[in-house]
Amino acid sequence: MNYMGNPAARAADAARGTLRLVMYLVAALILMTADHRGGYLDALRERAATFRGPLYWLAASPVRVARDVTTAVNDQRAVIAENHDLREALLRARAQLARQSTMDDENIRLRALLGSRYRLALEAQMAAIIDVDLDPFRQRVVLDAGSAQGVRVGQALMDARGLLGQVIEAPPERAVALLITDASHTTPVEVVRTGLRTLAFGTGDGEKLRLPYIPFSADVKAGDELVTSGLGRRFPAGLPVARIVTVEADDSGTFAVATARPAADLLRYGEVLLLREERVAMDAATTDPQAPMGPPALPAGVDANLPPALRAVPSAPNADIAEPIVPSSDAPSPPRPTSAGTR
Amino acid sequence: MSRPRFPALPLLASLVGGLLLTLAPLPLALAPFKPFWIAMIVIYWALEQPEHIGLGRVFLLGLICDLATGALLGEQALRLTIIVFIVFRFRARMRFFPMLQQSLAVFALLLNDRVIALALRLLSGAGWPDYNFWGAPLVGTLFWPWLFLLLDEMRRMPRRGSQ
Repeated sequence: MNYMGNPAARAADAARGTLRLVMYLVAALILMTADHRGGYLDALRERAATFRGPLYWLAASPVRVARDVTTAVNDQRAVIAENHDLREALLRARAQLARQSTMDDENIRLRALLGSRYRLALEAQMAAIIDVDLDPFRQRVVLDAGSAQGVRVGQALMDARGLLGQVIEAPPERAVALLITDASHTTPVEVVRTGLRTLAFGTGDGEKLRLPYIPFSADVKAGDELVTSGLGRRFPAGLPVARIVTVEADDSGTFAVATARPAADLLRYGEVLLLREERVAMDAATTDPQAPMGPPALPAGVDANLPPALRAVPSAPNADIAEPIVPSSDAPSPPRPTSAGTR
Repeated sequence: MSRPRFPALPLLASLVGGLLLTLAPLPLALAPFKPFWIAMIVIYWALEQPEHIGLGRVFLLGLICDLATGALLGEQALRLTIIVFIVFRFRARMRFFPMLQQSLAVFALLLNDRVIALALRLLSGAGWPDYNFWGAPLVGTLFWPWLFLLLDEMRRMPRRGSQ
């Protein structure tokens, strides 16, 4: 398309150019619609994963190198300090765990009383977030594990403090996750203090969730904790999600709108946990399809059969927010039914 | 179309570089200001070596970018095609603009592209972006003269080497 020829040829060329432009525009619009509406192009995306892997690796390499260098020149003092912190954290986690296990026993017995045959087991898998910028106006992250490592679409993603998001694409090596703050994401949540169930919408801002349509009669205050309600069955119940920051009337004045700050650190992440929920039979008794979700008051989905390290995971963030446990002599006092103590 | 072997190499190299730049992580505060690198590189080649750049190729390139960044498939294809079309229309003039004027033309192109991107966003149901959404064309324009010189250098290199 070189406009150096004579005028007539140039005009013809221009007309052809416009025609082709229109053709490509239509093609692009059709593609976008197909992608947006139907997800017809998922197979193509999966195929593209093969070339995306090395590309992401390359794009992230400057940061990786920088990080390696920082690690290498980190002086011993910093390492010792970190080690100290980690030991302390471990100690806290152990103390937490000690209390947790008694609660687990109690939970199992209570469920047996209720006649529930199933419990939710949580399995967790570590994955790292790759430093790759996708569209900065969408809240998405790339993980270094994919379907080859057992990652599945729909899995919940959390860090040590709370829910991060869910997996939306799982090609063999690199999965893509949507964060709870993405404008297109909605999380079913429950207010811990009152048990009110509602929805938390992402805002596109990494530090803000929005909860519209709260009736004024509902008692929601700044500082209230939100956990996943387990409704919709996408997320396990009881994972910390956010804390209410403000509550005010919406534009129409009919409902209250709350904003909340995510519990997880959505802006500074490194390692994350991918959760997988499985129903396991409590005992070898008959199989009856009981309610898949447990009572919401207790941190659900904690399985006594798992190794302690995993067992601590779903509950640790709870304590981190509510009441940090002092590792020393502080006996687990609060709402503990006597039966557990006298046993 | 007979293609000399060498000049296509800088073109490909610059495009791969542009894609990497697009994906390379920036501090969070700076991320919205990331210029549309691929578009700027494509503008350069459309100005200087239009025989290697056609609407079809640019469309394909856009699709590759979409797949790489996980955007809506066809979004960048559409934006790039429009940019290249406009550049071809005004190529004869733009090419001989002084640098300042050329930068302004590039700013207009990038701004127009931002408007299109906004329209696509709104159509796809994402809300209005922040004000810094409009910062990227500005940053892109500031980088344009340097990118132009760099690519000019790249374009000449293999030719010099082969002679």
